[in-house]
Amino acid sequence: MYESKAVSCCSSSPEQEEEISYVNCEGFLAGTIETAIDQVARVKAELTASDKIGSFKARWGVGRMSYAVAPGLYAVGNPTPESPVLVSANYKLSFDSLRKELGGLDLWILVINTKGINVWCAAGKGTFGTAEILRMVAETKLPALVSHRKLILPQLGAPGVAAHRVKAESGFRVIYGPVRAGDLPAFLKNDCKAEPEMRRTTFTFLNRLVLTPVEIVGLLKPLAGLTLAIFLLSSTALLVGGDQYRLLAVIAQTAQILVPFILAALTGAVLAPALLPYIPGRALAWKGWVLGMVLAVILLVGAYSNTSWLLKSAYLLALPAIASFLSLNFTGSTTYTSLSGVVKEMGVALPVMIISASLGAVALIVSFFI
Amino acid sequence: MKYRYLKDVVTLNLDQSKCNGCGLCLEVCPQQVFTIKEGLSSITDRDACMECGACARNCAPGAIYVRPGVGCAYAVLMDKLGIKGKCCGDTCGCTLEGTSDY
Repeated sequence: MYESKAVSCCSSSPEQEEEISYVNCEGFLAGTIETAIDQVARVKAELTASDKIGSFKARWGVGRMSYAVAPGLYAVGNPTPESPVLVSANYKLSFDSLRKELGGLDLWILVINTKGINVWCAAGKGTFGTAEILRMVAETKLPALVSHRKLILPQLGAPGVAAHRVKAESGFRVIYGPVRAGDLPAFLKNDCKAEPEMRRTTFTFLNRLVLTPVEIVGLLKPLAGLTLAIFLLSSTALLVGGDQYRLLAVIAQTAQILVPFILAALTGAVLAPALLPYIPGRALAWKGWVLGMVLAVILLVGAYSNTSWLLKSAYLLALPAIASFLSLNFTGSTTYTSLSGVVKEMGVALPVMIISASLGAVALIVSFFI
Repeated sequence: MKYRYLKDVVTLNLDQSKCNGCGLCLEVCPQQVFTIKEGLSSITDRDACMECGACARNCAPGAIYVRPGVGCAYAVLMDKLGIKGKCCGDTCGCTLEGTSDY
C-alpha cells in the first residue's frame, strides 16, 4: 500500500539503491555460539568507546547514511531454542540502543535490512516491513533454530508490519514490545505484557535537543551564502558611494548585519524545539514565528536600536520568517505531527514566509544604498 | 505530557461494524487514540492521531482507514519540488530517532 502514499519521507529512488557498507562488527561482537543450524555471532550487551564515537558522528551527520550493521541473526548471552527473538533495524544507533539494554539476558536478535534507517522511519517507508521480516526469518532458518513461534517487534515498527500476515505466512506470531528498548527487560519478565506507559512515545527535552545538531549542520550552507551576499552588498554600497574601500569596515558591517540572522536561525532550529511545549499555539510554523518576532523586537529595542528604519523593517520581516521556516521543518523530528496537519499549516505558513522574507530581503538591499 | 497538534485534520476512520474487538489497534497506536468500548474499538482521541498507519496495517478485518504519511514539512516540500530521496539523509533528523526505538 505504500506506493499509494501521498508523501513519503525517506522515499527511496532506484538510483539510491547503491550498496551500503556495514560498520566493522569486531567492535560489538563477543565471539560466536554453536547452534543446531549454524554458528551465530554474539553481540556485547554494552557499548564501547568506538560505539559512542560512532553515535556522536552520526548525530552530526558524518557518514550517517552508512551507519549500518549487517542484517542477520545475533545472540545475546547464551540463548537456547526457547529464548525470545527480538526484531530490530540495521541502523547502528537502533541496534546499539537495543543491545545496551539487554545485559544479563539470553535471547536472539533478528536484524533485518532497513538500509541503515531507524525502525520508525523504516516502518514508514515499508522497509521495516512484513516482506523483509518473512525473508529474514527464512534466510536465517529461524524455524529450525527456535522451538517457539513468536517474534517480538518494537511497537514503533508496527506501521510497516501486518502482524496477521506474518502469522499467516510464517507461523510466527508478532508481539509488539514496548516503544523504548529500556523497557524490554521488564516487558520480558512480565510475560510479554506492556504496561500502558511502555506504549506511549515520549518526547522529552533531551529527545528534542539530540535532533538539533543535524539541523545546525544544515544551516551552515545557507548562512555562508547570506554572509557572502551581505559582504558583497556592503562592498558595493561603499564603492558606489565613492568612498575609499576599507576591508575592515566592510567586514565589521557584514558581521553586525549578519548576527541577527544567525540568532534567528538558532531560534528556529534549536530554541523552538527546546521550548516546544511552552510556546503558545499549535502550529509549529506559528511557534517559530512567535519566537522570531520576540527576538526581532528584543534586538530592535536593544543592541540594534540605532540602525536605520529600513534595516529594522528587514529584521522585522525576515527574522520571524526564518525562525518560522526552521521551526516548521522540525515537524519531521516530532513524535506527534500528522501529514494532514503539516500540509494544512504549510498551506498557510509558506506563502506568508515567502512574502515576508522577500520584502525583508528587498528592505535589506535598499538599506545599503540610502 | 501529551503534545497537541492541529484540530480536526487527520484522515483516520473506523468502521465499527467490521471491528472484531481484537484490540491490536490500541496496542500499536503510539498516541493512545483508541479505547475498547463494549467489546469494540472506538476512536476517543482523534486529534492525537499522527497518521502513522500502524492501526490500519495491523487491522486484520480492515475496519480502520487512515492515509499513512510522515508529518514532515521538509519531506512535503521536497515532494512538491519533485526532489526525491533527500530525506532521512544528512539533512533530516527523522522522527523518533532520538528516542530509544530499537
